[in-house]
Order: sequence, then structure tokens, then C-alpha cells
Amino acid sequence: MAAARSGFSIFAIGDSAVLAEFGTSLDLDVNSRVQRLAQAVRAKDVPWIYDIVPALGSLALHFDPVRLPAGLDPVSAIEDLLQDCLRSGLRTPRGSVPSVEIPVCYDAEFGPDLAEAAGLLKLSVEAIVRRHVASVHRVLMMGFAPGQPYIGGLDAKLALPRRATPRTRVAAGSIAIANAQTAVYPFEISGGWNVIGRTPLRVFDVTREPAALFAPGMQVRFVAITRAEFERRCTR
Amino acid sequence: MHAVTLRVLRPGLHTTVQDLGRHGSQHLGVVPCGAMDAVAHRMANALVGNGADAAALECTVIGPELLFEQAALVALCGAAFEATIAGAALPQNRPVLLAAGARLRIGRTLRGARGYLAVTGGICVPAVLGSRSTYVPAAFGGLEGRALRAGDTLTLDAAAPALSAARFSRLENTRTAAGFASTAWQVSAMTLPRGDSISVRAMEGRHYAQFDAASRRAFFGESWRISQDSNRMGYRLAGPALVRRGAGDLLSEPTCLGTVQAPSDGSVIVLMADHQTTGGYPKIAEVAGADVPLLSQVAPGGMLRFERCSVEAAREALRRQHATIDTIVNSINLQYRS
Repeated sequence: MAAARSGFSIFAIGDSAVLAEFGTSLDLDVNSRVQRLAQAVRAKDVPWIYDIVPALGSLALHFDPVRLPAGLDPVSAIEDLLQDCLRSGLRTPRGSVPSVEIPVCYDAEFGPDLAEAAGLLKLSVEAIVRRHVASVHRVLMMGFAPGQPYIGGLDAKLALPRRATPRTRVAAGSIAIANAQTAVYPFEISGGWNVIGRTPLRVFDVTREPAALFAPGMQVRFVAITRAEFERRCTR
Repeated sequence: MHAVTLRVLRPGLHTTVQDLGRHGSQHLGVVPCGAMDAVAHRMANALVGNGADAAALECTVIGPELLFEQAALVALCGAAFEATIAGAALPQNRPVLLAAGARLRIGRTLRGARGYLAVTGGICVPAVLGSRSTYVPAAFGGLEGRALRAGDTLTLDAAAPALSAARFSRLENTRTAAGFASTAWQVSAMTLPRGDSISVRAMEGRHYAQFDAASRRAFFGESWRISQDSNRMGYRLAGPALVRRGAGDLLSEPTCLGTVQAPSDGSVIVLMADHQTTGGYPKIAEVAGADVPLLSQVAPGGMLRFERCSVEAAREALRRQHATIDTIVNSINLQYRS
């Protein structure tokens, strides 16, 4: 591991990736920097780097060691690349931040963990919904499954740990909360977060451009809808 | 013109269309996918004169039964299967020209877990986000985003029958058998496990030092068994309990092919081709890229040990592996170009 000059540590993870870590606890400013740095690196279009993956507080660059220019140490080459991007200054998004409204039906059937969450949080189900739709949230990263956002900005009163036993099947479109974040499940998968509702929107659709409904940095507002409205808007 | 097709009579245990993977979209959470044993996949494609990026069928433990409606040049590489055409054994690791109407029965594996059946011109399915690889959990890529089923029809390159015959005619030392023709030569199976337990090179992961001394010793010292609930996403390993000291929860961060996660519930998981792009579990090790194909040839129940190696040694192993493959592929290509 090399301690870097300006606020990040950098090291190899395996033989085909390098990780730059900017923070070890969730910090929204650090997260915003990581996401913008990823865009700056992408714009450099380095031929031997094929995947640039920003997360909450770190950034991974995946490469093919066989294609590395001879004699090049990928850790120091990537450190130089990141320093270069940081020195040039990271672009702040111009104009208004992209935002999206996500309709959510918070019916008990779609939010199987609502009642238990209400008990743990000592709030009514209505109060949980009220607080979830009141805050302005922000997409911090995309990860785990195609199109899945990790969304920050959860009302502090809704902070819950993950479920002790993950659910083996969580429906596509499920809205789930844990660790001060909200996730939206793009497909039916297993998951350990607390499911409080469901959106009728398609979170990831390879026939659409862009395929992903969410993108890092995007502002998100959740809007409560009725069951009838959910059925009407459901395109699945 | 009549479409050139391949009919699935019996699907096998889990047969999917795979190429070398969906790269460049991990920032959207898009899982890389691709052949679990990329070496065998590359070899099968080279044997039928395809480029490295052509899509082939990945057969898992029990292969499919396929009806070739037109003549086709095929190659089966990777695991050793009980495979027959009209009762005669299919020669593996070499090009085989099947006559129109040939039924290829791929049964159980005799050694290894995954076989790759390449067909001249490749399996024609639409590319999704730059790849033809199947990703079953999200139902995209490959054939309708799923494993093959009985009754499926796969489309082949329209030029495949003519191309197959033309390519085969250029090969040296060919032999004709009942219902098919092949070569007297073959390539070696580079990724087949030998013996009952394999050795897999691995580097210390970035949270390695957070595990206690006994756990660190056990990780590289003891044997691990691949559990039944292992799949293309990850291999779960049963073995010694690993204890991470004190350190609290980790922020979700990017993961890699070959990352070995050790969550606090005692499980140990090696991330494979369909691995999630990010995760919050401690990383005790990273499997050397050169040994991922070998690992992917071990079925549940198989045993392995981790052999410690440096990042530099792992990259050198990968470069050497590619040089060996390139030499073999070039010698095949020389015949096809002659």
C-alpha cells in the first residue's frame, strides 16, 4: 500500500485491478469527489483500463495485465493518472443537478418489513412513509446488481441495521432501507435490507437508452402512490 | 434463405451462451459474466477458426443433446465429457466436422466441470451492452437471458455450413469416421484439474492483516471444499473458521473476479464470472487471474488449497499463460490461413 500525496491510499487488488480509497466512512463530499473523479478518468480513455468503478468512498480501475505497456507498474501509473485528474480540477455539474421522482407504493404487501421497522423505530407506518418522501435523497453509487442504486440522504430517524436473516427473494422494484441509505432492487434477488415499498418503474432495461434509471449524483424524491396507481403504471 | 440453426433436444444441467464477458459497464452495476474458463473458451473458438470474441456454449457438469440441421465445424474443450455422435465418441480438443443431421450427445463430465462447444461463425444472439454472454439473474444476454431449454433453436452464422467445409478442408492430418470427420492432432487441455485436490495461487487480500494469526495460517495452510451452493456468481468454500479482529463494518467497495470474501458469519466465498460489482465484506485474498480457469473446472465437492503468491508473480503467470495460448492459437491459425 502506498500513502498518496493528496488524500487517497492506493494499492493493487489482485493482479488485474487497482483500488484508490478516499475515505473509510460514509462522507457525502468525499463520495461526490470519487464520482466526479471517475468521470474525469473515463474521459482520459486509457486503452489498457477497461472498467472504472466508483463506489461510496473508493474507486477501482480494472485492467488486463497482458495489455499493460511493458515495464509499466499499474499502481504508480494509476496514481499518476488520478493525481493528474485531481490537479486539473474536477468538474462540478453545470446547471441543475439531474433529478428523478420515483413513485412508490408503500402498501403492506409491497413493504413486508414496514411493520417490523415501525416497531424498531417506534414510529407509525404512516410516519415512516412521511419521512421517506419528505427528504431529498442522492444517488451515491451504482453497484451489486445491474442498475442498482445506493441512495443516501435517508432521514436519520429511519436509520435501521440490515435484517439479521436476508430474504431469499425480494421482488423487482422493491425499495429497501438500511444503514442510512435506500436501495432499489432492479430484479428479483436476495437481499438483507428492510423492504418498505415498491416502484412500478423499470429500474434497469437493456432495451432503453440509458438502460439505468439512476446515475450517481442524481437527486431522488420518492412519491407515495396508491395501489391503483401502482397497477396503472406497472409496465412489468 | 433458410436460417442455419442448431436445435436443443435436451438442455443439460445449465448450458448458457457465453463470450469473453461484458466489460466496461461495471460502473452501472453490470456484472462482467463471460466464460468461467476463458482459456478453454478461447481454445474451442480457435479450433473452429473463430475470433476470440465469438460466443460459444458453456456446458456445466451434464451437457446438452443437440441436433445440427446443417453441416458444422465444432470443437469441445475444457472438461472431459462423455460425448458421442451416433454412438461413436466425439474427439475433444480438436476440430470436428459434423454432417448435416448429426446429433451430438454431451453427457456427464469425466473430469472437470465446464465444457465449451464452439461452432464455426459463433452462436448468433444479439449483443447486449457489448456482449453475448448470458446473465440469468437479470434475464439478459445470450438466448433470452436464460439457460437453454429443450426445444430451443439457436441461430448460427448463415455462412457457417460453407465456411465449416472450407475451413476443415485446409486442416492437416484429417480423419473420417462414421458421421463426422476430425483431425489426428489435438491441443492439450490446459485447465483440467489433476488429482483430487488442486492448488490455486492467491495474493493476500486488502483486509488480510485484519484476520487473526491462526486464521491467516489456516487460510493458506489448510484444505477447502467447494460447497454445493456454488455457482457462476461465487464458490462457497467449507473449511476452517476465519476470525477477523475487532475492525467494524466496511463501506461497500468494488470487487474483482477471484476476490475471496470472508463475511463474519464464517462463510468464505470466491467471486466468479457472474460476481457482483461491489460488496461490503472483508477481502481475505485475491485468486491469481491465471488460476481462475482451473478453479472453474472444479465442481462442488472438489478440494483446493491456496498457495500464496505475489502480485508480480500472478501477473507474470497470466502473461506466460497468454503466451502459451497465443502460440497454440497461432499454429492453428496457420493451418486455416494456408
